[in-house]
Amino acid sequence: MATKTYAGQSVEVNDEGYMVNASEWTKEIAAEMAKEEGIDLTDKHYEVLEFLRNANEKGETLTIRRVGKSGITDIKGLYQLFPGGPLKFSSKFAGIPKPASCV
Amino acid sequence: MATNNETPLKKVCIICAKGTIEDVYATLVMANGAVMEGIETKVFFTFFGLDGITKKQMGKIKTATVGNPAMRAPGGLPFPTILGMLPGVEAGVSAMMKSQMYKLDIPPVDEFLEMITAGGGEIFACKLAMDMFKLEKSDLHEEVKDVLTIGDFYGKCGGENTQIIFT
Repeated sequence: MATKTYAGQSVEVNDEGYMVNASEWTKEIAAEMAKEEGIDLTDKHYEVLEFLRNANEKGETLTIRRVGKSGITDIKGLYQLFPGGPLKFSSKFAGIPKPASCV
Repeated sequence: MATNNETPLKKVCIICAKGTIEDVYATLVMANGAVMEGIETKVFFTFFGLDGITKKQMGKIKTATVGNPAMRAPGGLPFPTILGMLPGVEAGVSAMMKSQMYKLDIPPVDEFLEMITAGGGEIFACKLAMDMFKLEKSDLHEEVKDVLTIGDFYGKCGGENTQIIFT
């Protein structure tokens, strides 16, 4: 466990940089996290993040396929939004745990 | 103790030579998993593995119920090989395997191929096996990029931190 400062707020994160408390999340934190990976968040990104946060709250198992069927974007679009990590980066920026799924 | 001297995997080249549910899906899960991690991914289907990318066969792949000692009845009860020979058993077992996978959000084969290519993964078919089975490129799913000799496939497997995996 470690603490990092995003957007002037200290945030508890795990070894892989995922936030420990999803409730601490703000849009500004997400934007700074994304910048570390070289991604500028747009409205579309935030729609995906909101979707992930809602699904996580309901205890749903998150897969790339599930997000692809969300109506926000398809799988190809998801790869374009979060290059190199459509599910792991989006989950990280959404402040939720890294999904424990293989798809 | 983990050290940080390791350099991350950059490319995986996966070869699938068998056409059962578990062979084809192991290939697809590994390929898709690699693409999702940002790893460059190439998949080569050969011999009976071609069933996984042949339009007519890809929806009908099965698990072998004969000669598969790890297969047990639900609840872990033994499943005598002789039962596996009965008509309909292979189909029933295969349907059960697929339904268990779908519950985990693992898609049918054609959709899985589309997921892999959506992330930039590339799918190839083996020329020799295509010739053997009298298949044409038009018999294969649209997501198959090309029909290659093994030499051509190796030509795509170069570079540092590349692994070739044979399922």
